Amino acid sequence: MKEKSSVFSRFGDKKNRGRLMSFALVIIAYIAVEVLLKTGSLGSMFSSLLVPITCYVVAAIGLNLNVGISGELNLGQAGFMSVGAFCGICVSGILAGSITAGIPRLIIAIICGAVLAAVFGFLIGIPVLKLQGDYLAIVTLAFGQIIKSIFMNAYIGIDTEGLHFSFVESNFKLQPGGKMLLNGPMGATGTQKIANFTIGTVLVIVALLVVYNLMFSRSGRAIMAARDNRIAAESVGIPISRTKMLAFVTSAALAGAAGALYGLNYSTLVPNKFDFNTSILILVYVVLGGLGNMTGTIISTVVLILLPELLRSLQDYRMLIYAVVLILIMLVTNNEWLMTKWKSLFSGKAKGGA
Amino acid sequence: MQFLSYLINGLGLGSVYAIIALGYTMVYGIAKMLNFAHGDIIMIGAYIAFFALTKFALPFPLAVLAAIAVCTMLGVLIERLAYKPLRQAPSLAVLITAIGVSYFLQNGAQILWSSSSKVFPSVISTGSISLGSASVSYLTLLTIATCIVVMICLTLFINRTKTGSAMRACSEDKGASMLMGINVNMIISITFAIGSGLAAIASVLLASTYPSVYPTMGSMPGIKAFTAAVFGGIGSIPGAFIGGLLLGIIEIFAKAYISTQLSDAIVFGVLIVILLIKPTGLLGKKINVKV
Amino acid sequence: MKKMFKTSLAVAMSVCMAAALTACGGSGSASSSAPADSGAAAETTESADTGAKIKIGGSGPLTGPAAVYGQAVKNAAEIAVEEVNAKGGLQFELNMQDDAHDPEKAVTAYGVLKDWGMQVSLATVTSAPGAAVSPSYAEDKIFAITPSGSSTSVIFADPDNLSGAFGNVFQMCFTDPNQGTASADYISGHADLGSKVAIIYKNDDNYSKGIHDTFVAEAAAKSLAVVYEGTFDDSNAQDFTVQLGKAQEAGADILFLPIYYDPASLILTQANGMGYKPTFFGVDGMDGILGLEGFDTSLAEGVYLLTPFSADATDELTVNFVNKYKEKFGEVPNQFAADAYDCIYAIAQACEAAGVTADMSSADICAKLVEQFTSMTFSGLTGSEMTWNANGEVTKSPKAVVIQNGVYVGVED
Repeated sequence: MKEKSSVFSRFGDKKNRGRLMSFALVIIAYIAVEVLLKTGSLGSMFSSLLVPITCYVVAAIGLNLNVGISGELNLGQAGFMSVGAFCGICVSGILAGSITAGIPRLIIAIICGAVLAAVFGFLIGIPVLKLQGDYLAIVTLAFGQIIKSIFMNAYIGIDTEGLHFSFVESNFKLQPGGKMLLNGPMGATGTQKIANFTIGTVLVIVALLVVYNLMFSRSGRAIMAARDNRIAAESVGIPISRTKMLAFVTSAALAGAAGALYGLNYSTLVPNKFDFNTSILILVYVVLGGLGNMTGTIISTVVLILLPELLRSLQDYRMLIYAVVLILIMLVTNNEWLMTKWKSLFSGKAKGGA
Repeated sequence: MQFLSYLINGLGLGSVYAIIALGYTMVYGIAKMLNFAHGDIIMIGAYIAFFALTKFALPFPLAVLAAIAVCTMLGVLIERLAYKPLRQAPSLAVLITAIGVSYFLQNGAQILWSSSSKVFPSVISTGSISLGSASVSYLTLLTIATCIVVMICLTLFINRTKTGSAMRACSEDKGASMLMGINVNMIISITFAIGSGLAAIASVLLASTYPSVYPTMGSMPGIKAFTAAVFGGIGSIPGAFIGGLLLGIIEIFAKAYISTQLSDAIVFGVLIVILLIKPTGLLGKKINVKV
Repeated sequence: MKKMFKTSLAVAMSVCMAAALTACGGSGSASSSAPADSGAAAETTESADTGAKIKIGGSGPLTGPAAVYGQAVKNAAEIAVEEVNAKGGLQFELNMQDDAHDPEKAVTAYGVLKDWGMQVSLATVTSAPGAAVSPSYAEDKIFAITPSGSSTSVIFADPDNLSGAFGNVFQMCFTDPNQGTASADYISGHADLGSKVAIIYKNDDNYSKGIHDTFVAEAAAKSLAVVYEGTFDDSNAQDFTVQLGKAQEAGADILFLPIYYDPASLILTQANGMGYKPTFFGVDGMDGILGLEGFDTSLAEGVYLLTPFSADATDELTVNFVNKYKEKFGEVPNQFAADAYDCIYAIAQACEAAGVTADMSSADICAKLVEQFTSMTFSGLTGSEMTWNANGEVTKSPKAVVIQNGVYVGVED
C-alpha cells in the first residue's frame, strides 16, 4: 500500500519533478489533442497516428525500463508486442459474441495481452538473464525472430464447435461460417477496430505509474545497483537474477499491452510487422529520449513517429533525410563542445531574463 | 546422395556468412561497436561490382578490385564522419548512429539506382561437378575456397604483422596501446578499411551466388552474419569463421530435413542453446571482471 | 563521466522537445490551412489546364524492400494521368503516398490523402496494407480500385467466407484464388507439361500463399499430383538450393512458382546451376522477368506463365505505353505498372460515362462509379472486355504464354 501511494506523495520534492513533468506532459498532450479533435482541426493523418503513438510510447517506456534502468540491451521488444497483439486480437475475437461493447472488451484484451507477454517474458527471461552484454542482446534478438516464426505458422480459428488451434495448416479445418482469428503468415484480418486514443493515453499513464513505482521502490534501487556494479550488488546480497527478471517481465508485459492496443487499432495485422526492424525502431526511441528518462522517451517517440510523416512532401527523399537527422541528433547530443555552447546559451538567456 | 550436396551448399552459404562475420567481429573486437551498417556496405559493393561489369564492361578481377576500393573508402569515410566523433559516447549512441547510417545507405541506393533489382551477371563459370546423384556448382566451391584463403590471410595479418599486433593490442586495452605509442585512431580506421574490404569480397560472392542486387539485399545477410559472429564468440576471428560455417550448414539442414518454414526459428534456437552452454560463444574469451 | 552523460541526455531531451514543439506548430498549421497543402501539391502531376481536377489518391511502397511495386504503379499512373489530361475534357490530379508495404503506414497515408481531399482512389498497391484501409474506404464512401492488391481480404470484410464485400473497393488484377484455380486447371489440362508438380511459394506473402492455397485445392479436385511444397520468406529469399533439391528428389517435372519475378529469377538461376530442368510455371507476378536488368533470358526459356499483360506484345496500346515508360523512367514496365495504367483509364471511362465532375463530393462520385464499374466493360493493357461483379472482382481471362527466344509467345488452348 505504501508503495502505491508513493508516486503521488513524492510529487512535491525536487527529485521527483521529472515524474511530475512526464504525467503533466501526457495529460496536457491528451487535452490538447482532444480539443483539436473536437474542433475538427486535427487532420485525418494525425488522428490516424494517435493510437499507434500511444502504443509505441508504452512499448518504449517498457523497453527503457529494460535498457535504461536494468541495463540490458533488448533487441526483441517487438516480439513481446506481437505476443500481446495476437493474444489481444484472439481474445477480442472470442469475446465478440458475448461482450459487444468495445471498451470493456478492449480492456480485457489488453490485460490478457499483457499477461501472456509477461508469461513469455518470464520463460524467455530464464535463459536470457543468465547471459550478459551483447550475448544477452543477441539472444533477445533470436527470441524475437523465433516468436515471429511461431506466429507465422500458427493457425487459430473459432467456429460453432469452439476454438481450434494448429501449427500445420493442412490439419486446420473450420466449420462453414467459422472465423479465422490468426491465419499463419497472413496474420489476422477483419479485426474489429476497438482501440481508441483515450484508452491509449490511460495505458501510457498506467505504464508510467508502473515504471516509476518500480524505479523508486526497493526493487528498483536493487535493479539499478545491479546495473551499475553487478559484483558489488551481489556482494551486499541483492538477488540479481530476481531483480533483473522483475524488470524484464514488467517490460514484456508493457510491450504486450501496447501490442494488444496496436492490434485492435487495425483491421489487419501480419506477424511480419513485428520484426527485427520494429524492435530497433523502439530502441531508437529509447536511446534518443535518454536511457532511464521516461519523459524523454515519450517526446522522442512522438517526434520520431511524426518526423517521417512531416517529411512526406520530400517524397522519395524522406527516409534519407530521416536517416541524416537521426545521425546528426546522435552526433550533436554527444558532442561535448556543442553541448557546452548550448548550455551556456540557455544559462545566458536565463540570466538575462532574471 | 543429396546429403552431400546439402552439406556443400551449406558450407557455401556459411562461407559467405563467415566473410561478412569476420568484418563484424573485427570491428567489434577493436572499436567495441556493433556496426549495423556493415550489411549495407555489402549492398554498395554489389552495386559497384554490378556497374563495373555491365556499364563499364571491366573484366571480373578489376570489378572486384573496384568494389573493394569503393567499399574500403566508404567504410573509412563512415567511420571518420559518423563513428569517430562518438568515440567517447555511450555504446548505444554509436549503435543508433550505425542504424542511421544503415538507413542512409539503403535509401540513398534506392534513390540513386532505383528499387528494382538488377541481376548480377554470371561471370564465374556456371558449371557444376557431379558427386554421385547430386551436383555442386563451381561457384559454391569457389566461395568456400575464397573464404578459406581470406581466413588464412587475415590470421597471418593479425598474427605476423606489426599493424596486426597493434590491432590485437588495441582490442586488449586501448589506453595502454596509446601509451605504447600506437595510433589508436589509425588502427580503428584500418580495421574499418579491412572489414569493409571483406564486405566487398562477400558482396561479389553473394551477388554471384544469388544474382539479385537491390537496396535492401544486405540487411538479412548482415543480421545472419552478426548472429554467426556471436555464435563463434564476438571479437574472435576463428570464432567468426566457424560460426559462419556452422550457421550456413544449420540453416540448409534445417530447411532440408525439418521445415522450410521454421528454418529461422531453428537457427536461432540452436544459437540460444549454444549460448546457454557457452555464454561467450564457441571461441569467445571469458572476461573476468575485477572487483 | 556519468554526470556528463546525464546532462547530455537532458540537453538531448530539450532538443527533442524543441523539435516536438516545432513539429506541433508545423502540424497545426498544416492541418488548419487548406487541405491541399504544399506536401500534396509537390506530388501532383502538372497539367497546362487550370480547370478543376478530380483528385485521385493512392498509396504504395515507394521506399523499402517492396518499393519496386509502388514505384511502378506511381510511374504508370503518372503517365496515364498525363495522357488523360492532355486529351482535354476530364482532368485528373494524382497523389501517390508512401506506405512502405506496412498496414500502419498505409492507414496514415490514407489520412494524408483524406486531408488532401481525395475523391477517387487507387487504394493500395500491395495486399496487406490494402486489407487495413479497405474498411475505411467503405466507411468514408470513397471509390477505390486497386491495381494490384490481389488478396480477397482487400475486397471482403470476411475473407475466410468470401462474404461482406465492401462494395466500393474494386480490383484491376485477378483475385488470388482465380489465378490458383486457373493455373491448376491449365496444368491438369495439358499433360504434356508434366504430371508431378512441385510448388515453391513465399509463405509470408498474402499473394503467393493465396494462390498456393487455391492451387493445391484445385489440384486435389483435378487429381493432379503435388509431390513437394517448399516455402521461403523475407529472411530466406536468397537460397533455394534446398527447395530445388527436394523437388528434384521428389521427381517433380513441373515446378509451379506463384511468386514475383525477383525470387523467381534466383530460382531459375539456381536450378540451372544444379542441372535441374523441370517445366517452370508462373503466374502474373512472374511477368517482368525478361525486363530484369542483366538477367540471362536464356534461363527463362520455356517458362510458362499466366499473365494478363506482356510488355512484348505488339498491339499499339502496349507499344505506346512501354515506349513512354522506358523513355520517362528508363525501365521496362511490369504488370503492376500496366494494371495501374488501366486503373486510371478505367476510372476515366467510368467518370466520363457517369458525367462525374471535379466539384462533386467523393460519396456522390463513389455511388456513380460503383454503378458504372458493375455495368461497364473496359479494354486496356491487361485484357479486353473486362467486367466487374458487385464484389469488386474483375473478370478477365489470363492468357497462358511461354517464353521462347527471349519473348513471350501466346499458347493456343
